[in-house]
Amino acid sequence: MSMSDPYRLKDASQIPSAPFESWGRYPTYPAHTVPLHWQSDFASASAGLHNGGALAVGMGRSYGDSCLLKDGNLFVTTGMNRLISFDPATGLLTAEAGITLAQILDFCVPRGFFLPVSPGTKYVTLGGAIANDIHGKNHHSAGTFGCHIVQFELLRSDGTRRLCTPDQNPDWFTATIGGLGLTGFISWATLRMKPIVSRMIDYEGIQFHGIDEFLSLTEQARNLEYTVSWVDVTSTGKNFLRGIFMQGDHSPLPAELKPSPEPKLVFPFEAPGFALNHATVSLFNTAFFHKQIHKRVVALQDYEPFFYPLDKVLHWNRMYGKGGLLQFQYAIPWEHAREATVAVMKEVAKSGLASFLAVLKAFGDVPSPGMMSFPLPGITLALDFPIKPDKSFPLFERLADMTREFGGRLYPAKDAAMTASQFQAFYPQWEQFARYRDPLLTSSFWERVTGDRLPL
Amino acid sequence: MSTTAVPPRTSNPRKILVLGATSGIAEATCRIWAAEGAHLFLVARNAEKLAAVASDLRTRGAAFVDTAVADLDDTDSHHALLTHAVNSLAGMDVAYLAHGILGDQPAAEQDFNTAAQILHTNLTAPVSLLTWLSNYCVPRHTGTLAILSSVAGDRGRKSNYVYGSSKAGLSAFVSGLRNRIDREGVTVLTIKPGPTRTAMTAANPKSAKYADPDKVAKSIAAAIAAEKDQIYVPFIWQPIMFIIRNIPERIFKKLNL
Repeated sequence: MSMSDPYRLKDASQIPSAPFESWGRYPTYPAHTVPLHWQSDFASASAGLHNGGALAVGMGRSYGDSCLLKDGNLFVTTGMNRLISFDPATGLLTAEAGITLAQILDFCVPRGFFLPVSPGTKYVTLGGAIANDIHGKNHHSAGTFGCHIVQFELLRSDGTRRLCTPDQNPDWFTATIGGLGLTGFISWATLRMKPIVSRMIDYEGIQFHGIDEFLSLTEQARNLEYTVSWVDVTSTGKNFLRGIFMQGDHSPLPAELKPSPEPKLVFPFEAPGFALNHATVSLFNTAFFHKQIHKRVVALQDYEPFFYPLDKVLHWNRMYGKGGLLQFQYAIPWEHAREATVAVMKEVAKSGLASFLAVLKAFGDVPSPGMMSFPLPGITLALDFPIKPDKSFPLFERLADMTREFGGRLYPAKDAAMTASQFQAFYPQWEQFARYRDPLLTSSFWERVTGDRLPL
Repeated sequence: MSTTAVPPRTSNPRKILVLGATSGIAEATCRIWAAEGAHLFLVARNAEKLAAVASDLRTRGAAFVDTAVADLDDTDSHHALLTHAVNSLAGMDVAYLAHGILGDQPAAEQDFNTAAQILHTNLTAPVSLLTWLSNYCVPRHTGTLAILSSVAGDRGRKSNYVYGSSKAGLSAFVSGLRNRIDREGVTVLTIKPGPTRTAMTAANPKSAKYADPDKVAKSIAAAIAAEKDQIYVPFIWQPIMFIIRNIPERIFKKLNL
């Protein structure tokens, strides 16, 4: 038998580069991964690196290449996961940026506090949540994650450190929230948690057919904290745009605030490429729709399945096989939101490419604090497709062009395919943002959408 | 041999002295104790890292956290340091020795001073600490001494035998110490972790596949609470090292381990 030798000390720069994949598993680029364990590690890891040489990455849950840097150095922050302080009187939690939302929940839920904004997975870091200014099912009432960030520290490769708040260094605050990790290194941040008295969510699931039913349910639910819809994108005709509108609120009845159990299921292998085809996905979608037999279902549900249904199965992305998956998520302003959603869904149905998961939600009008934040008042739609090179990319390009025509934008955290001209149309402020980029830091995404290799 | 009645040992450790508190495995273990409301005295070399660990443990619920910055290589300072620690804690239920260095094996092969440094930090310094700590515990007939050794100490391998021999010496010392003072009411635990994903092993490209320090820590905290004598963590290393230890030398010497 052979045993690898863990106990040979190597200089980090001697670490051979190895393929690093994001959650979509496309693309995959080689990089040197450098684990950081202490706030001071950023300075030592950056020393001697050249411009355009590094990127901080947390859990790598972005889908495309915004957390990749081809042939560069990836500073993995998950070892920097210490709590710094917590004040139960105010709910203010300060922690190192590599802590995951799962770790924050493990600490806060038994103390009666919850995340102010939850994305669809709890396996992302605090730093990543800020860098992508993530959103959740309560965007219409709470805005983005960045709306609840009180302060953070930003380290730059020139050795400077800045305390950033809405009042102090406000331009750096704004550039860093949603700044894709390019403005510097977030060492720690303070987040305002919100009080809860129970783990439970008062849940209601309502079947709908068509965009107008979706919009009227959205209107009726405007005072509820959480709303999101699953949509069947494989059906046409009378079942076109059918789905389940899921809404919920934290239960006001005090109940035991025990910590969550560890996930036990792991998607055990890479599914063969043919596993997700139009037939199997249609079957899944029909089953999902009819799993809810009644038009309306009311239930008291734990927050785990409500917020993080997919976290139950670790590595569920393996379901998409070797080729990986391509995500598409747009936000379209209200003005064109209705027609855009119908047109895009028709285009998807016509393509014959089945999206396994399609999620539709109305964004609210709470302004995003980030210069480059994705959400805007209107509708967001997220689709994911197994990668079939001859079909997925042409479809994606058509959908991205439609998004542009309807005045919307795509979400960099989920993107692996938008072109530079599409990106620059979606985010015309990108050149202003680029002035805040740290010359050491870049990503494969940034290079793809700006063609920018040189420091500004 | 005396047969004096031994008072019951504490099963829920409250006052814990941690030497090498910024080591990845020690920090993960301390988080478990902090959540239980333990009293902790933390010792480490780097003040900034020690402060980060201390504020994390305070936030997680430790009832009391005190710290001392010290280089444990300095054995002359041990008496004053340990006296201060047990005074600060107002007693001591558990001492957790977790400091150590990996060292540079290729350099140690060429240069005795490098090898001597590894042996000093990983073996001589713990022997000094354990001498003081056992002299503290034996007259009180209570306490647990938990010592982080390594599977690497079970057999010398060409890739890391200097580190391995320091841990082999430590395991042997601890085994003898247990043989002497267990009957006095002092629990002595030898902890043998396999490769674990911490800052110490971060430079190894395979480090992502190593054991999760939180899981390793959970096993260690449970073994301390259960007053065990020796554990391999993860458990799989127990049968693996049984095999490794029993390969005949004439075969072993040809292997690339």
